[in-house]
Amino acid sequence: MKEIVPFHNAVQDPGALAVNIKSRSKKIIGYMCSYAPEELIHAAGFHPMRLFSSKSDISLAEKHLQAYCCSLVRGVLEDSLAGRLDFLDGTVFPHTCDSIQRLSDIWRLNTNYGFFADVVMPSKLNTQSARAYMKQVLEKFKKDLEKAIGRSISDEDLGKSISLFNGIRKNLARIYELKSKNPGIINGADLYAVIKGSMLMDRDALSDLLKDLVHALESKETVPFQGKRLILSGSVCDMPDIYSLMETSGGCVVADDLCTGQRWFDGQIPENLSPMEALTDRYALRAVCPAKHSGNTNRGEHIVNLAENHRADGVIFALLKFCDPHSFDYPYMKEFLDKAGIKSLHLELDDQQQGLGQLSTRLETFISMI
Amino acid sequence: MTDTSTNKNNGQDQVLNNDKVQDNDKVQKKDKDRRKIKSAKKMRDIMTTYYLDAMTARENNKKVAWITSGGPVEPLIAMDIIPVYPENHGAMIGASKMGEDLCLKAEDMGYSTDLCSYARADISCAVVNGGPIGGLPKPDMLVCCTNICGTVLKWYEIQARYFNVPLFILDTPMCHTEYSPEIATYVRRQINEYIAFLETQTQKKFDHDKMVKVGRLALKGQKLWQKILNTTAHKPSPMSAFDSFFFLALIVTLRGTQIAVDFYQDLALEMEDRIQKGISIVPLEKYRLLWDNLPVWYQLKWLSNKFSDHNACLVADTYTSAWCSAIQYIDEDNFLDSMAEAYTRIYLNIGVDQMADQVLDMIKFYDVDGFVMHSNRSCKPYSFGQMDIMKIVREKANIPVVMLEADMVDPRNFSLSQAETRIDAFMEIIKQKG
Repeated sequence: MKEIVPFHNAVQDPGALAVNIKSRSKKIIGYMCSYAPEELIHAAGFHPMRLFSSKSDISLAEKHLQAYCCSLVRGVLEDSLAGRLDFLDGTVFPHTCDSIQRLSDIWRLNTNYGFFADVVMPSKLNTQSARAYMKQVLEKFKKDLEKAIGRSISDEDLGKSISLFNGIRKNLARIYELKSKNPGIINGADLYAVIKGSMLMDRDALSDLLKDLVHALESKETVPFQGKRLILSGSVCDMPDIYSLMETSGGCVVADDLCTGQRWFDGQIPENLSPMEALTDRYALRAVCPAKHSGNTNRGEHIVNLAENHRADGVIFALLKFCDPHSFDYPYMKEFLDKAGIKSLHLELDDQQQGLGQLSTRLETFISMI
Repeated sequence: MTDTSTNKNNGQDQVLNNDKVQDNDKVQKKDKDRRKIKSAKKMRDIMTTYYLDAMTARENNKKVAWITSGGPVEPLIAMDIIPVYPENHGAMIGASKMGEDLCLKAEDMGYSTDLCSYARADISCAVVNGGPIGGLPKPDMLVCCTNICGTVLKWYEIQARYFNVPLFILDTPMCHTEYSPEIATYVRRQINEYIAFLETQTQKKFDHDKMVKVGRLALKGQKLWQKILNTTAHKPSPMSAFDSFFFLALIVTLRGTQIAVDFYQDLALEMEDRIQKGISIVPLEKYRLLWDNLPVWYQLKWLSNKFSDHNACLVADTYTSAWCSAIQYIDEDNFLDSMAEAYTRIYLNIGVDQMADQVLDMIKFYDVDGFVMHSNRSCKPYSFGQMDIMKIVREKANIPVVMLEADMVDPRNFSLSQAETRIDAFMEIIKQKG
């Protein structure tokens, strides 16, 4: 399918993509967490670009982060110190986990990309005071951006960005919907490229590309899918091999609970409200990351609902080694799934590992068992 | 004949040697007794009473709240709720070398071996009622303050589900570079929510008058604790960080009570007395060191002897001083208002560069010759950034730094031979410098 090609290109060489974006005199702000308020970054005229590890060998980052820090955090720091992110004009760190919070300090002390901001969002989301604080933090970030660009961001600018991102989210949601209805319509490797590419590419261009892709998928004919319907749960799943391996084992992803997936593009932002209010609600109410609190059983209920709504045969927890928030949630989420009669498998991943190795046997066995 | 006489002589020598050894032993024992900190026994008694009270809370119609070590305990004391500290319990589990077993049990429950060992030990202990005191008294409520880490948030969610009790979260956003007005407003609002939460849980009105008294006692206790820690600036030092690790328990668990104030008053006096009499904790203190991060609870004795054998004293640490690091923000006439800032701007909730500044201040104040960093697998917010602090210390204080790989409770992450080699090499460098 030709509509997929630009996404694969983006994923294959994010550096080249960045150079291309800059050649159109756009400045790039990098971020590592799906709570980064991209709408504000975009409204300020910057290009928001999610940072993934290039998975190169760790050597420079060894001098800053111990080996028990996750491969994503160490990998991105390595890329930065090795000069692979020199295209950046700034970075923003929303409050995430303990590791990324400390990475923010290390980043601030050891890199110099120009713009830098900590967006210290609340770590609990389900109270009035937390919501009020969230709004203030977003307003502060807006001011920081305004200072950087030397002009104010009008409600109209922000409204336009919100509308653009709503379109992107709507189309991504539509692609997932089509995929769940008819899993054969787009394969896993392509889906991975679409979602990751969407976090990297110029958003205005992306908006058009996604429209084309949805259109192409809607008119595509496919054979009914007979295999196992699976859900991926975790933080960042930056491993295309998982998707293809599921397929060769007779399974297919029909939904996910990933921050490189549905948690990122979850929900629409009302366009008839004051943009800052609407933005606040979106970040407070979206599917929650385990580094934040929104009730004691929120994520357990969410994964069961997701599995039931998508008639999933099983859930695969693809968790990064040393990722504390997800590792703490895994036993109870599994328990919730067990109670609902949904099978699950826990895989421990490392960005640095080459291919899936012995994990592939476990994945194959799991799929053949359910 | 000759052989026999030789044997006889040898035998006599042996007897003489034995006498000498015994005399030596006596001298050594006397010296050891002289150096022993006398308040230790009283402290043990206080802690025993405290745990007994907590264990029998229900019979006495008292409520129990589990609270994080950096959490705001004063309102609990004011409401006559007994605070219980899973982290203090974790330290006890580690010191009694029961950490590995309990951590393994948590791993059997599905928790990754890479998670915090305090959390793992506590989570499994709640289920099996194990550990040195047969488990903690069950909580009526949980109070979690995020100022020390994101781990406590997950850990307390787990316990809230397990015990099916309400959880209050005091969210203290990290002050990477500043304590912003937004943070101040947010945390202050939560103090009110906290009080409302306690009123709901106890069905009692919050006692503001008592709160004022508790606030004063808390500040007094913290100032005394600071005073005690400051005594180690004296050369030779009357106590070491290993003693602070032990005496810390009261400022954590009984902060805001007269008991803590009285005890620390006595301990401060004992330290003054030791200074006057020239009693040092390390017999031949020659080198003074600063410790970073939590203790390695299951190797305290070995580490203490190891440094002592090198005539080195760990005179201070960044860990126990955290319970008085925010004194400057407390206003005793306005405790509840100032609490927000004091609980938010603690050592672990600030940027790495600010942490380094505090370390540099301590190096100067305690006049130390070297810096020992515990790279603690269990504590990411404490350990990540350590390497940058190390670099800053080397550059600005120009003293040797060593990093020991370990874990506060799980002994599987500690290699004694590796630690020994590193400490010996580190002390060699210090000796050459000195």
